[in-house]
Amino acid sequence: MNRELVKRIVLPLLVLVVIIQVWSGIAHVVEDFPTPSDTYVAAFGGVDAEGDDIVGVLSDPFYVENVDDKGLFWQIMESLKRVFGGFALALIVGVPLGLLIGMSKNAQYAFDPFIQIFKPVSPLAWLPLLLFIFQDINLTAISTIFITSIWPIIINTALGVRSVNEDYMNVAKVLQFTPMEKVVQIILPVAVPFIFTGMRLSLGIAWLVIVAAEMLTGGIGIGFWIWDEYNNLAYHNIIIGIIIVGLVGFILDVAMGKIADYFDYTKKGRS
Amino acid sequence: MSQFLSLKNVEKRFPIPGKDDYIAVTDVNLEIKKNEIISIIGHSGCGKSTLLNMISGLDLQTEGSIVLNEKEITGPGPERAVVFQNHSLLPWLSVYENIEMAVKKVMPKLNSAELRERVEKYVSMVNLDHAKDKMPGEISGGMKQRVGIARALSINPEVLLMDEPFGALDSLTRANLQEHLMRIQQSVENTVIIITHDIDEAVLLSDKVVMMTNGPEATIGEILEVNLERPRKRVELQHDEEYIRCREAILSFLYEKFAKEDE
Repeated sequence: MNRELVKRIVLPLLVLVVIIQVWSGIAHVVEDFPTPSDTYVAAFGGVDAEGDDIVGVLSDPFYVENVDDKGLFWQIMESLKRVFGGFALALIVGVPLGLLIGMSKNAQYAFDPFIQIFKPVSPLAWLPLLLFIFQDINLTAISTIFITSIWPIIINTALGVRSVNEDYMNVAKVLQFTPMEKVVQIILPVAVPFIFTGMRLSLGIAWLVIVAAEMLTGGIGIGFWIWDEYNNLAYHNIIIGIIIVGLVGFILDVAMGKIADYFDYTKKGRS
Repeated sequence: MSQFLSLKNVEKRFPIPGKDDYIAVTDVNLEIKKNEIISIIGHSGCGKSTLLNMISGLDLQTEGSIVLNEKEITGPGPERAVVFQNHSLLPWLSVYENIEMAVKKVMPKLNSAELRERVEKYVSMVNLDHAKDKMPGEISGGMKQRVGIARALSINPEVLLMDEPFGALDSLTRANLQEHLMRIQQSVENTVIIITHDIDEAVLLSDKVVMMTNGPEATIGEILEVNLERPRKRVELQHDEEYIRCREAILSFLYEKFAKEDE
């Protein structure tokens, strides 16, 4: 068997053993902190330390008890819907705006100060204001994600446009391309990989932010679920929540990377 | 026959804030006949690229006029195709698509069969049939430049402008491309202006060699007629009296009359 592959499997397992040791240590020191085995039972079901039979949160993630009590799958779906809703809006607004800023010096001068000032603001700072405007959990969460996602998209789109080689524009000039043809045939193909880089960054941050946003807004969603488990003193579920959020974020990033590669001309015809 | 392309008192100034304008070229007068092949040679910084850019219309002169076919040049256009030094192929399009894009734009009335025929004709002209579906990133520098030439010729330009077309290539590849260009030129017959800093290239390819003085305020120093029969054979020419005369004339111009000091 391939030595490289063996290393790739064995080495992370070694680290996992260390993590579980440290975790057990913490559980030993901190009162009521769930042990790895408690957490495993809470996740997949079984008999817990007190001898009670438990249904794990991951053995039945699809249950719907009532509007406020749904399985983990639905919590994740709810969060994903918000993330993609805000993300899609950010794309619709951010890409054209980025193109404009990249192509026009005047637009750059006009918008740049505001982008620079608002970009470093945590999107969560907007959340109370948005809640006041919309008086609705869903709209608040979506618009928070919109604000989160839009900056990297604008900045990377504009960067993509600016990185169009002067020579390509000269080709377009000799062929007398119209402004529209320049955008479609020259600028967009160059900018698309940059736009996808922006999208990947945005999506990553959006997934970070949604957990915190849902803790504040309440209702439903993986962020609120984690907070709710804290209130229920079900600390093992918090750990499960963290792992699930991590896995979903990882999948989002890989998927976005694959899509980005598909549209990236520099990665084509090179294999 | 009246003059085909003429430059009259052409001057290019670049304003420099807080200083006097930088005059790149001045007082350039040049008459070019149809189907002539002209080389413009000079040391770097002599404004030869500036001159070519003004003919292509990518850059406009600040004084004087450039007239093609009795029409003043006011901007770039497909009747003056440019082969750029760094080929400028669009890297997201294949060899075929790069040429197709140009033909499609300049000849929108072609139907799909005519379009394909035309693109394929020019792919074949530069012997790239085997590579037509390759991406620019997958082919060598010499092949890229051949695609650049095919793309420029495919739109049927009246003038082909080449800005140090083989400058970035090694000398063997360069010789190979010069052969391609001479062979193509025999069949296509259009006016060609080549910027070069290679003396052999200038003599081998051109009917006239335009020698530029050093910048700033560069201008045409001498114009040399190359009276060599075509097709020209590189190896045979090495002992040809006319070839040797032309070479020596350019050498003496560049290294005696207008030698460039090292800065």
